[in-house]
Amino acid sequence: MNSRRKQRLTIVSSVIFLVGGAIGLMLYALNQNIDLFLVPSEVINGKDGVLPQAGQRLRVGGMVVPGSVQRHEDSLDVTFDLTDTGPIVSVSYQGILPDLFREGQGIIITGVLEGANQVRAEEVLAKHDEEYMPAEMAEKIKGIKHVKPDNASY
Amino acid sequence: MIVELGHFSLLLALLLSMLLAVYSIWGAQTGNITLMETAKPLAFGVFLFTAVSYGCLTYAFVTNDFSLIYVASNSNSQLPIHYRVTAVWGGHEGSFLLWLLMSSVWTTAVAVFSRGIPLPMVSRVLSVLGMIAIGFYLYVLIASNPFERLLPFYPVDGRDLNPLLQDFGMIIHPPLLYMGYVGFSVAFAFAVAALISGQLDSTWARWSRPWTIAAWSFLTVGIALGSWWAYNELGWGGWWFWDPVENASFMPWLAGTALMHSLAVTEKRKLFKAWTVLLAITAFSLSLLGTFLVRSGVIVSVHSFASDPQRGLFILGLLVLVVGASLLLFALRAPELRSSGRYQLMSREVMLVGNNILLSAATLVVLLGTLLPLIHKELGLGSISVGQPFFNQMFTYLIIPFVFLMGVGPLSRWKKQSPATLKNQLLAAFFVAISCALLISFSFDQIAYIAVLGATLSIWILVSTIQEIKQRLGNNISVVKLADLTRSHWGMVLGHVGFAIALMGIALTSNYSEQKDVRMAPNEKVELAGYEFEFLGVTSANGPNYSASLGRLNVYKQGELQVNLTAEKRFYPVQRTVMTEAGIDAGITRDLYVAIGEQFSNGDWALRLYVKPFVRWIWAGAFLMAFGGILSIADKRYRIAKHSSTAVRQKEAQAVGVTQ
Repeated sequence: MNSRRKQRLTIVSSVIFLVGGAIGLMLYALNQNIDLFLVPSEVINGKDGVLPQAGQRLRVGGMVVPGSVQRHEDSLDVTFDLTDTGPIVSVSYQGILPDLFREGQGIIITGVLEGANQVRAEEVLAKHDEEYMPAEMAEKIKGIKHVKPDNASY
Repeated sequence: MIVELGHFSLLLALLLSMLLAVYSIWGAQTGNITLMETAKPLAFGVFLFTAVSYGCLTYAFVTNDFSLIYVASNSNSQLPIHYRVTAVWGGHEGSFLLWLLMSSVWTTAVAVFSRGIPLPMVSRVLSVLGMIAIGFYLYVLIASNPFERLLPFYPVDGRDLNPLLQDFGMIIHPPLLYMGYVGFSVAFAFAVAALISGQLDSTWARWSRPWTIAAWSFLTVGIALGSWWAYNELGWGGWWFWDPVENASFMPWLAGTALMHSLAVTEKRKLFKAWTVLLAITAFSLSLLGTFLVRSGVIVSVHSFASDPQRGLFILGLLVLVVGASLLLFALRAPELRSSGRYQLMSREVMLVGNNILLSAATLVVLLGTLLPLIHKELGLGSISVGQPFFNQMFTYLIIPFVFLMGVGPLSRWKKQSPATLKNQLLAAFFVAISCALLISFSFDQIAYIAVLGATLSIWILVSTIQEIKQRLGNNISVVKLADLTRSHWGMVLGHVGFAIALMGIALTSNYSEQKDVRMAPNEKVELAGYEFEFLGVTSANGPNYSASLGRLNVYKQGELQVNLTAEKRFYPVQRTVMTEAGIDAGITRDLYVAIGEQFSNGDWALRLYVKPFVRWIWAGAFLMAFGGILSIADKRYRIAKHSSTAVRQKEAQAVGVTQ
């Protein structure tokens, strides 16, 4: 091999090495940061036969069970239950609940599974729209794919 | 009646843009000057009728014409007049009409400010812009018409504008963002026109450059305002959430930044032509992709508008058409896009290639993180979401080599740079950067490594920029000489300094912000980051279309009263929505930020307190970057071509006069 070809080979192989490394790194980082979205019945009964493990990060979307919101006397600790079609997951959270948090309202939490039906939430999201239901939830709870606002209803 | 007029003039605008798309390119291909000269009046016509149409919709909003579905869903008779005017782009249909208006503004601007460019080229560019416009006019008229009536039964009052959008930031954020999005269609049109004509020397890069920089500047300000608005309105003290909609605007920005730098190389050194064309196509395609993602409802986001799969499909079709056609054209012409010119491994060219590779990688990261949940779901693998740590981690890796090149690039020469001469400058910059960064970190209580890294990178850029100016000026520096530097050079300097400032803000605010969620009774005090927050209690007040609870706090530092903050919680009865307006004391080195939560049964209130150091620097940096862009456009060299051509015309006219 002459020197020019050798140089090209080093350039090409180093480019491939770099790109490969970068993609590997990216996929690794991606794998670490994927949160599964589940509804309460999937947390309890498992999804596709796989039960979520304690300590796993996940997002749970469900409806706040009316009457289940319990506040601590003198701190910001709060617990409430989430449900979709029966099974109930209890959530504990410390902090300020979003403006639209209400009993009977659909919300999404991100957190860590602590026991079989215990989730410690790090984030609680409620959407800033009265009619809005996250597409994921509408699909799973009501079996509808897209929610179109009914313009003629008022 | 006025509404029908608006609808009709939108149709006329569609017809005119069809003529524009066909006539001008036909003229350019056959060399027919008369046909080519129709391009400009047609462009004006499209603008005129779109503006009339837009004006009519605004009129419908101002006069509370609730027989229009769109007005009824996005306005209310109690809404203050300035919000009624801005509510025009508060929903899906109207924001697309705004998009059309912006697109016609850009088209007209190209028609007006292109006297230095040969007629066939202008005609082709205008024709491509016309073709893009056809797609969007059809979309608005068929799939998302804001002029649809609810007759004969229409509501007495409207459903009100989403309270989140009732904010000053929201008044100017969407138009600027759209100016940026649509502006990339001009860069795209120049690239495609050059491909069509086959005239692939670097002249098109010079013509396209100011337009690309203008679009980029608008997009920069638009994104910064969006971030500022989220900070004020969402009450979480955050300024960037890696939300899919934010990502949708960030991707064209990254691609546009790469395009801007690649265009510089193509113009100055006649290199990387194929790459530049590809980037121009990419930047606009990403703008379209962003629109698709936001409007189709395939993603879940805080911005989610009422979504409709048919609309998504339409935009997806448009996207496929634009990307497909332009890539096909590119493939056909690619063999002619030869770049001649030599350069060595250590040269400014290679540094700019590095910058482009890193920006493309960053675009890819954002694209992957945004689209993966979608793909995952469509494949039936269940719903997932990609967390913020992924983006933060990837950007931390990418920004180190990126900033390194940002310092070295401007210091290097074109073609060939000897490493030895750079060595001293770089070592000096490095030591200054790291020692300043450590000093900055010491002034906070603890040292966070990421913050030190960010501050080092930021100061590295600042120092190397100063070195670069010094290098340009030679040994004796004087104010006179500083004025000699071209405006586009100052543009680059400001762009880079702005980036450094934003980076400093991001590094410090992300690592040294302090936050406390507390439960407070009136007159209770809480200490946070050296500040003492005293809660004074909550009173109620009424706004034009809402009722509010006002929480007041006094903030003390070392016993001295600093500021009185008022945080609001507003209730909008029409949409039955509660909104948080944070109480913010803005400062150069820190923001004090308070949001009130709910009231407890014993009368206590939940409060969220933040001390956020240097957060303003993020937006200040972004504005500085955009200002740099504007300075670059104002550079003389973009006007010389125009002047010389008018001079030529005057001479010709004189010559004609003499012979007569």
